[in-house]
Amino acid sequence: MSEFDFSGLLTFWARRWDDILNLVLEHVTVVAVSLVIAMVIGVGVGMLVWNRPIPRSVVIASAGVALTIPSLAMLAVLIPPFGLGWTPTVIALVLYSLLPIVRNTVVGLREVPPAIMESAKGMGMSPTTVLFQIQLPMAWPIILTGVRVAAQLTIGIAAIAAYVAGPGLGQFIFQGLSSLGSKNALNYALTGTLGVVILALVIDAVFVSITRSTTSRGLRA
Amino acid sequence: MPKQANTAILQISRNTSGARIVLDTVTKTYPGQPTPAVEAFSMTAEPGELIMFVGPSGCGKTTTMKMINRIIEPTSGSITIDGRDILSLDPNELRRHIGYVIQQIGLFPHMTIAENIAVVPKLLGWSKEKTKERIDELLTTVELNPAEFANRYPKQLSGGQQQRVGVARALAADPPVMLMDEPFGATDPITREKLQAEFLRLQESMGKTIIFVTHDFDEAVRLGDRIAVLSDRSQIEQFDTPANILAAPANEYVASFIGRGAAIKRLVLIPITEAKLGSVSASPGGPITVSLNDSLRDALDALVLTGLPALTVLDRNQKPIGSITVDAISAVLGADIPTLAAPPLGHIDPTTAGA
Repeated sequence: MSEFDFSGLLTFWARRWDDILNLVLEHVTVVAVSLVIAMVIGVGVGMLVWNRPIPRSVVIASAGVALTIPSLAMLAVLIPPFGLGWTPTVIALVLYSLLPIVRNTVVGLREVPPAIMESAKGMGMSPTTVLFQIQLPMAWPIILTGVRVAAQLTIGIAAIAAYVAGPGLGQFIFQGLSSLGSKNALNYALTGTLGVVILALVIDAVFVSITRSTTSRGLRA
Repeated sequence: MPKQANTAILQISRNTSGARIVLDTVTKTYPGQPTPAVEAFSMTAEPGELIMFVGPSGCGKTTTMKMINRIIEPTSGSITIDGRDILSLDPNELRRHIGYVIQQIGLFPHMTIAENIAVVPKLLGWSKEKTKERIDELLTTVELNPAEFANRYPKQLSGGQQQRVGVARALAADPPVMLMDEPFGATDPITREKLQAEFLRLQESMGKTIIFVTHDFDEAVRLGDRIAVLSDRSQIEQFDTPANILAAPANEYVASFIGRGAAIKRLVLIPITEAKLGSVSASPGGPITVSLNDSLRDALDALVLTGLPALTVLDRNQKPIGSITVDAISAVLGADIPTLAAPPLGHIDPTTAGA
């Protein structure tokens, strides 16, 4: 392997700028699509099970199990039924996102103080109204924290999805790894890795501002 | 929901200035517990009456109150408001017409003060303008400036201010009945006294039928039209006016609940005008005087403080109209109840045993 050549890296970036932007865009898209799907499923399931002890344990335990499956194994398992590309990637990312989202939804809904639940009931709100108008808004910052954790998780895992020909910066990383010794191998791997790290930081910052702007001022610390 | 039940709720809600509440042999038994939490509780609250439930922790007073808005469902017995059986009504509809205030207040932290007060009007489908008007009216009533407070969040308010909002929120839809569960229990003594005074003034103009739960006998004496002293399983030991309970406790239990100093507590209830005032010249005068608006307890307090034999009594225009002595105060108590049963000394005072 050759010495690291910084000017070579810059030249690589200049030449491949369009490719890099394209991959970043794909990466962001696949993460965003997966998070939206996982949020709909996760918050929905959380709202169904938060006050039912047995279903609640089953859901959280199974989401926990999904998280322990190594990502390469998970992707490999998804190839036979779903083929290559976007579909297995999105499915895998949704599965990994579910645990933090479901768990935080359940915790958030359950953490509403009993006095607030009782006064809501005492004022004549139905359980559904209490759920949507009191519990969900109060749990919102906690749910978003779950989504934020899921985002960090999936940005990393999405890079591995290049293994099943998935979209995103993982393509550069895998290309670098598979052509070790060649002139641009290090540049590919480094660009892919740096891209993932920067993306993670940027998306985290975006989540901070989303949380701020969508949480009631009365709930902010 | 059957049409009949709907009309019943409408009839209850139309009567905004107090309804008659009748509880008839109401019992609550929790599954797996040998003794009922509330056993055969019967009581009638007249329209506009402020009834205090007083008893030690765990006596079932809160359970009894919570059966009236069906937060807790009775096991047996009947509860009616203005003659309508509430157990046949839709519980959510029913609760929109019963004001409910709890000790922890339970304001919704993610809503502004205005939004908190608007909850029940919204559930009842009021128009925006009507709701807005009502919010301003209520905030003014509980002495919070609407311009300053309407758009604040609960956490930006002090405990006393939050409790005022709690009361305003419960009054939002002008319900005929209010249930209050130790509403002032968590506030400091100075704030509590202020809230109690404001609340009394409010009730004078509203005339709601109020069930008010407390473990503080002094609060019960201060606020209540009638007091129900409750013991285990929510058994009524005595149900009477504060003056009558203080003057003649029905039994040992009630006497022990009053604690020592029943005579002093009674003085709070009696205005100075009840006493036979001496001539102005009988008082040596001095900077400390009492006013006609004060209670006999205030007068006694001033007498003890100054050590003077008599104090000047001023009328509303600060003009001396007479003098008051300790003898005159005792005479009022003596003349009122010749058979004052003194509570036995040396027992544990349940008002201070646990909260």
